[in-house]
Amino acid sequence: MRNEIRFLRGGREVRLSGFSPTLTLLDYLRLHERALGTKEGCAEGDCGACTVVLRRCVDGHVTYAPVNSCILFAGQADGAEVIAVDDLANGGLHPVQQAMVESHGSQCGFCTPGFVMALFGLYHAPRKGPLTRAAVNDFIAGNLCRCTGYRPIVDAALAACTAPPQDRFAEDEPEAVRRLAALADDADVLVGDDRRFFAAPASIASLADIYASHPDAVLVSGATDVGLWITKQLRDLPKIIWLGRVRGLDAISDEPDAVTFGATVTHQAAMPHLAAIDPDLGALLRRFAGRQVRTVGTIGGNIANGSPIGDTPPALIALGSTLILQQGDTTRTLPLEDFFIAYGRQDRRPGEFVRAVRVAKLGPDDCFRCYKISKRFDSDISAVMGAFRFTRNGDHIAAARIAFGGMAATPRRAAGAEAALAGVRLSDPTTWSAALTAVDADFSPLDDQRGSARYRRDTARALLRKALIEAAGTPTRETRVVDIREDAVVGR
Amino acid sequence: MSVAEVAQAPNVVAEAALRSVGVATQHDSAVRHVCGSAAYVDDVREPEGTLHLAVGGAPAARGRLKAIDLAAVRAAPGVVRVLTAADIPGRNDSSPVNAGDDPILAADSVAFHHQAVFLVVAQTRDAARRAAKLGKIDIEAERPLVSVDDALAAQSYVLPEYTFLTGEPEAALAASPHRVSGSLRIGGQEHFYLEGQVALAVPGEDDMLIYSSTQHPSELQAIVAHMLHLPAAAVTVEVRRMGGAFGGKETQAAQWAALAALAARLTGRPCKMRLDRDDDMIMTGKRHDFRADYTAGFDGDGRITAFDVMLASRCGYSADLSASINDRAMFHADNGYYLPAARIVTKRTKTHTVSNTAFRGFGGPQGMMAVERLIDDIAWSLGLDPLDVRKRNLYGDGRDVTPYGMRVTDNILPELIDTLERTSDYRTRRRAIAAFNSASPYLKRGIALTPVKFGISFTTTHLNQAGALVHVYLDGSVHLNHGGTEMGQGLFVKVAQVVAEEFGIDLAQVKITPTSTAKVPNTSPTAASSGADMNSMAARDAAQTIKGRLIAFAAEKYATPPELISFRDSHALIGNRLVPFAQILREAYLARVSLSSTGFYRTPDLHWDPGKGKGRPFFYFAYGAACSEVIIDTLTGEMKVARVDILHDVGRSLNPAIDIGQIEGGFVQGMGWLTCEELVYDQAGRLLTHAPSTYKIPCASDVPPDFRIALFDAANREDTIYRSKAVGEPPLMLGISVFAAIADAIHSLAPGKRVPLDAPATPESILHAIHQVTQD
Ligand SMILES: Cc1cc2nc3c(=O)[nH]c(=O)nc-3n(C[C@H](O)[C@H](O)[C@H](O)COP(=O)(O)OP(=O)(O)OC[C@H]3O[C@@H](n4cnc5c(N)ncnc54)[C@H](O)[C@@H]3O)c2cc1C
Ligand code: FES
Ligand code: FES
Repeated sequence: MRNEIRFLRGGREVRLSGFSPTLTLLDYLRLHERALGTKEGCAEGDCGACTVVLRRCVDGHVTYAPVNSCILFAGQADGAEVIAVDDLANGGLHPVQQAMVESHGSQCGFCTPGFVMALFGLYHAPRKGPLTRAAVNDFIAGNLCRCTGYRPIVDAALAACTAPPQDRFAEDEPEAVRRLAALADDADVLVGDDRRFFAAPASIASLADIYASHPDAVLVSGATDVGLWITKQLRDLPKIIWLGRVRGLDAISDEPDAVTFGATVTHQAAMPHLAAIDPDLGALLRRFAGRQVRTVGTIGGNIANGSPIGDTPPALIALGSTLILQQGDTTRTLPLEDFFIAYGRQDRRPGEFVRAVRVAKLGPDDCFRCYKISKRFDSDISAVMGAFRFTRNGDHIAAARIAFGGMAATPRRAAGAEAALAGVRLSDPTTWSAALTAVDADFSPLDDQRGSARYRRDTARALLRKALIEAAGTPTRETRVVDIREDAVVGR
Repeated sequence: MSVAEVAQAPNVVAEAALRSVGVATQHDSAVRHVCGSAAYVDDVREPEGTLHLAVGGAPAARGRLKAIDLAAVRAAPGVVRVLTAADIPGRNDSSPVNAGDDPILAADSVAFHHQAVFLVVAQTRDAARRAAKLGKIDIEAERPLVSVDDALAAQSYVLPEYTFLTGEPEAALAASPHRVSGSLRIGGQEHFYLEGQVALAVPGEDDMLIYSSTQHPSELQAIVAHMLHLPAAAVTVEVRRMGGAFGGKETQAAQWAALAALAARLTGRPCKMRLDRDDDMIMTGKRHDFRADYTAGFDGDGRITAFDVMLASRCGYSADLSASINDRAMFHADNGYYLPAARIVTKRTKTHTVSNTAFRGFGGPQGMMAVERLIDDIAWSLGLDPLDVRKRNLYGDGRDVTPYGMRVTDNILPELIDTLERTSDYRTRRRAIAAFNSASPYLKRGIALTPVKFGISFTTTHLNQAGALVHVYLDGSVHLNHGGTEMGQGLFVKVAQVVAEEFGIDLAQVKITPTSTAKVPNTSPTAASSGADMNSMAARDAAQTIKGRLIAFAAEKYATPPELISFRDSHALIGNRLVPFAQILREAYLARVSLSSTGFYRTPDLHWDPGKGKGRPFFYFAYGAACSEVIIDTLTGEMKVARVDILHDVGRSLNPAIDIGQIEGGFVQGMGWLTCEELVYDQAGRLLTHAPSTYKIPCASDVPPDFRIALFDAANREDTIYRSKAVGEPPLMLGISVFAAIADAIHSLAPGKRVPLDAPATPESILHAIHQVTQD
């Protein structure tokens, strides 16, 4: 058992013990270290001004992950090197800093430290093929700038991030590996006492143990939901169990007919596996928050959070997924849709945690589509999210699984529409009308700031129609303004 | 594809003699920005013992304050003091117009949801925020008026209505061959400056030093002085830079600085107030949302014969700057078009919502929206291309007087629009779009080319003055100070370029210093796009005074006629003798010549008669135009901007890199206002979109993938600094082209029908308009 957390700052090891379990990394930097380069723009993960990079050693590779320090707990930096904007320039400017200056990428400058750190992450990101504007846009979707209109920032990224990394961080990687390795251990971490602690169990067994003895503790995976309970709701969470050190909980097992994602698989890590099932899933994950959130936010957290507007649950439900829960050393499984009982209520018992989710792949007769409708295309929460799996029998639909987010108090299947689709002929749109009417009856959505009930109804129907139009063979070039599947197949 | 080439063009100013002015110099803080070493107020090293503040807000939008129970707040950990309105020694008002309607802490009643009622002073910010949640505020709640419609129905106004009248609109309407009526809703906008409101007050012996992120240090100084019963001279306000402002820190910074000063005064300790983002969005004003109702007449060619428009705005609970903002909406109700007969009325409604305030464009954008919709209406009803209708209605010979009686003498729109029409390939693309639309059942494209004509000067005439302070040291370095504030717009570097030019020295020799009420007094806000125009002039005036003294001195010492003395390349050129700048300074110093001066500027030729609604409120107009192409999904209402071409007039640019930055940033902000940015209030008057999770400003992928920007290179006809033009606000209105292009795309579904698209054009709003044109 280790009673402190350890991370690197500027090559030196920092050991923290007597800290509040929910101290954020941003407050650690600004209030404790008085390292003032990193900015707070929102304290809720949406603007990226607080971006820092966590450098870790994963399976012998050095990774550079941009994260939002405002909603990341300091304890989550355990085992990493924390690189903030103040650390980049060394004698001269870092290449991304230099490019930002040369392209006039800052005006008021308040977003700039965050962009610089996001670009620093991009500078060190593994690259396949030439960097495009679209790829840069993706990488900085979690950074907001109100002044520049982004064009010069994207230019800076294109100028600085094309060649292989040559900065002093690349140079000192062997040394970094050594120092990071020195931090790595298999110990369970517990900082605090029985009433107030930050725990980071290292194995599934230790997790099961500590959660069984503290069922009132809050499990934290990426903290991209829980972080806001602190910074916005000012909740007092005395007991935190962080899952980020649990060995094996982030396993991905890709089998011929299904993929199983461990609970702590991040959205970024899941993306290629889901994209391989269908390009729409890749696009959905690409549009899930921004890079900083996807880097730490997990599939397990997205499910366990139980939000009616979470993006992965409807997609996984439509595909057909099984949730695996564990309590002590017993596990049980249930269809994912059954996990969501009511608003804010899930089928999860005290001391029980999400272990994994098993996602069915598509068969040769299956056609999958999913759509996310939001006010802003990237990095927004869905007003309506619709996912469709049609199993075809020639021109007929033999079976359908349809799930929506944003239409009810939980992610839910459209049972009426599913039934009404049986036997429908794809080539004959007149046969679709019963299903289009049925989807209306399946839900009674609410008005809120993301959309009126009426818009949600109209959109749910429109999405079903769109899915049928596309399933019937109309290329998405003719049905979509963005995320054209034909482009995705060729590789954008 | 990208405009980087333009931005890096070394010097678009033709005069080769200029060394600093006209150069695309980087922002003075660029290196600090990228290193994180540019200090904002929250980064100022906190003096030992600094306390932190948080406010407790009203749980209802309207009603009498019955009781405030703060026992739990006082008992909370870390709390040092809790203050209410009763603790304010002097005037409890932060109104910019001394209206007495902007309490710093609410005293007897509350007028909007979450209005500040009490102030927690605590050891840490976290302790203050947590304690602030514990207050119990009992309010005798009444039903709030939330929307413009609510207020119009209740005849609730914060200011009297105001009218411009030109010609005889009734008669002209009656005589018009065609008429159209319409109504348009135009949403408000949250500033979303990345740095939220913040102030640090440090008490002195009998004075107060305030670091604030404010566009208006002098006003803040006066408010604090009145609140604390101090002479203005005992209050110093300093601001080095803001992390964005956009009008949102013109008046809205004052309350938080005042609270910091109040707490500092009462505890004797430095106090910092930094608003949480959600509180900032809930408790500070935004761009006014408007409803525009209009009737217009036009002839068979699409020329407007009469325009009768009522603009009703949501001002919120207090006057703030709503008078001038609504005035500016009226001044821009013509945009670039000649209105032979017009009645332009504004109704300034009072609602129980946060008091709306300045935002880049200051009412002008909302004013333009109605006439741009009218132009589209005319085109739709006559079956004309909207661009042709736009061109036919532009100001021109014999058609050059605005509804407020100002002659438009610098109109370059016809030439500018012709150029953009050509360079954007508008006509070919219009045909291609028509072909695409007829073959595409679900997706529709649209295109629009819309102009901007924006009046430059404060319409409150006395504000058109600026001051500067310049010291020259014996090593040749220059201390530059002026009343303008830096919010990212590049004002400081532009003024420094002007001063470097004047002394013929390197820009690096000019030391930029924080704006301070102790250095330049009685300043106007940095607003109305006027910062560079006025402060550069004032700084040049100061520099010229010093230079004049140096020339007089050198003329005598070197027995050379003054006209043969000039300054360049860090030397004085005296006849044909080159004397290093530092040497001439030392010689002048030894001869007891003052090397320090103030400078002053007042914009000439302005007059305004508010009673008649006529005059010359503007020194000149800045122009521009944008051509935008969009694609919409008629099933879901989703939209993507495909391409944008901009041609914008900055006169002779002082700094093309900075100006391009203002243009593209302004355009994206304007596009956001009219598309993805939506403010939603519930019936209780609560703002539901109070965080970036629910209020969406554009992100990188919203920027058009094909984005071409060019400067229209022509000198300002008025005698401005190096014949440049103001650039802060006008580009925002280029975003209107996106909105018009969306309407154009929807119009393709039902040619000839009016498209009832309201702003912002969210997917929901677009789908609603689609249903309306296709359903009946
Ligand atoms: C800026 C921003 C953008 C976002 N955008 C999106 C979006 O586009 N789409 C979307 O769906 N969501 C979005 N989210 C929400 C959030 O990122 C997701 O819900 C994410 O998947 C949560 O994962 P996490 O690991 O961070 O969860 P955490 O915050 O760590 O935990 C979330 C909840 O799950 C519980 N939990 C976590 N792991 C387990 C487990 N193994 N067993 C049991 N309970 C567990 C926690 O106790 C908590 O209740 C966004 C959030 C932010 C801040
Ligand atoms: S401060 Fe905005 S994302 Fe962290
Ligand atoms: S430069 Fe001001 S927010 Fe980006």
